[in-house]
Amino acid sequence: MAWLDTIIQGVLLGGLYALFAAGLSLVFGIMRLVNLAHGDLIVLAAFLILMLVSALGLNPFLAALLAMPLMFAIGWALQFFLLNRTLGTDILPPLLVTFGLSIVIQNGLLQGFAADSRRISVGGLESVSVALGPINVGVMPLLTLASAIAVIVGLNQLFYRTSLGRAFRATSDDPVTAGLMGIQPKRIFATATGIAMVVVTIAALYLGTRANFDPTIGPARLIYAFEAVIIGGLGSLWGTLFGGIVIGIAQTFGAAINPEWQILAGHLAFLVVLLVRPRGLFPRAVD
Amino acid sequence: MTDLTLTRWKVETRTKASSAFAIVAALIILLALAAPLYLSRSVLQDLFFILTLLVLAQNWNLLAGYAGLVSVGQQAFVGFGAYAMFALVILGGFDPLAAILLAGIASALLAIPTAFFLFRLQGAYFAIGSWVIAEVVRLALAQWKMLGGGTGTSLPREATRDMPALKLIGELFGVKSSGAGDILTYWLALLLAIATIGLVYRLLRSKQGLGLAAVRDNQEAARSVGVDARRMKTLVYLAAAFGTGLCGALIYVQKARISPDAAFSVIDWTAYVIFIVVIGGIGTIEGPIVGVIVFYILQNLLADYGSWYLLILGLIGIVIMLFAPRGLWGLFAERTGIQLFPVRRRLIGGPVPVAKKGGPHG
Repeated sequence: MAWLDTIIQGVLLGGLYALFAAGLSLVFGIMRLVNLAHGDLIVLAAFLILMLVSALGLNPFLAALLAMPLMFAIGWALQFFLLNRTLGTDILPPLLVTFGLSIVIQNGLLQGFAADSRRISVGGLESVSVALGPINVGVMPLLTLASAIAVIVGLNQLFYRTSLGRAFRATSDDPVTAGLMGIQPKRIFATATGIAMVVVTIAALYLGTRANFDPTIGPARLIYAFEAVIIGGLGSLWGTLFGGIVIGIAQTFGAAINPEWQILAGHLAFLVVLLVRPRGLFPRAVD
Repeated sequence: MTDLTLTRWKVETRTKASSAFAIVAALIILLALAAPLYLSRSVLQDLFFILTLLVLAQNWNLLAGYAGLVSVGQQAFVGFGAYAMFALVILGGFDPLAAILLAGIASALLAIPTAFFLFRLQGAYFAIGSWVIAEVVRLALAQWKMLGGGTGTSLPREATRDMPALKLIGELFGVKSSGAGDILTYWLALLLAIATIGLVYRLLRSKQGLGLAAVRDNQEAARSVGVDARRMKTLVYLAAAFGTGLCGALIYVQKARISPDAAFSVIDWTAYVIFIVVIGGIGTIEGPIVGVIVFYILQNLLADYGSWYLLILGLIGIVIMLFAPRGLWGLFAERTGIQLFPVRRRLIGGPVPVAKKGGPHG
């Protein structure tokens, strides 16, 4: 039954990668912006939660709840004052500005928190597991996957059931015409990035409680998120969840063969999908 | 009547400033070649570092500034070139100098399969895709136990000390083999920098270069007049891989110690390079030269501030990209109109009206 256990662990890990990816997918879907600082923003949120936990003695879940509006504000301001200026037909400005931002956040965190590994403690919950038939499953990984599914259901509801979601879709299709209907694309973009940062905060909670983190691990999270988005196909949030699970399973199988192959196996799975289905498994968007 | 003397039309790219600069450049090159005569070893090492960064910057600029291929994964080729050189020297018993050249070729060969994957991704996705490729190459080479696996290895002392070229330089300058090694690597870096700038300039002035600029400015329009955009981009990608791999091998002949994390460092081989090009001016040959000088000054000023240095560099990069996207050289060229490496074609000559006596088109 070892292989079944490996698959289940992989699926649960995939939940974490889907959480990394959902924010990236959301921002790309609405404004065609690829944020190279996405991984560093996840790490920033993890440090924010850690600070709230250690300074106020809060429960990590409560701290994450408190961090959400803060991260929303950071994301909103980042988009409104900085990233909106880079949007246009030229791909250089958004890429290079977000790359610069990634370096700035990384080194800002290094300056503020040093290079030490940190971890957010959830008071023993890390080691609690439940038996699912013959297999023991950790409660935290289960919560991670459940949160990923909840986030994706929530984002889909937001997109297709609310007036804000309608504004998102309209701006995504044609910002000029949306502007004629009284929508302000710049504010819509800022709100979208704010929401993406709320998702990032949820991802950061599980990143920080699952394993050690330090200021330099952001870029690797960006890469996992990106791979999940591409495997799933641009524009499909459920596809992104599936993409995350593909990476998760590939990584746990790689690690089962040889611990050094864990990360490499995830990347190779991505390259194989790129080879056979260049547009991902469930493509929706045209570009 | 209008009397016309016929002279031939000519398309020129040369300007007065560029002709004058050609003389200055020749002088600078002569001075630089003679530098081991009058500069200390530590200054030569600094210059080596600057020149290799300049080579990497010119290669990245060719990719991003001219071919529109924004890669954040060029460390793949620095690291692969370096590892190929180590493998050739340690396992194949090659002379390090021959190994550098072969490492460049190996990098270009690696670029063929990576191009196959990467060119399936567009624009921004190409950028992160190139990063994934670099990670894959790093993780794969970290498995190569004969070259030290994850911890890395060193070049054997005999290999670096007993190069025939070193004996000659050692006798010429009266220095020990380690000093001669610094002189040799400095000269090679200088040669590589001059060759890179020369080849990039030649490419941009050629028919292919014109096609490349056309693709960058408007891919659809360029394709409609027969420019094969994909082919051009692939060729530039392969050429940049060759230059970057060659440079990576040279850097690691000088360092003589390699590890996967250092050889594939995104900060050292890509972030610095991107900031150099952005600050200096993307899409110009002068830009990376200006950028590397600014970078060196900043590095010396901020050397003691650790991560503040990268933080400030990142902020400068962001500010320049937002407010002066053509970089420092762009600002200068806009105000003065001076171009040291002009690539714009201008029409010169043609029928010159000698006497003006009115008439319909007087």
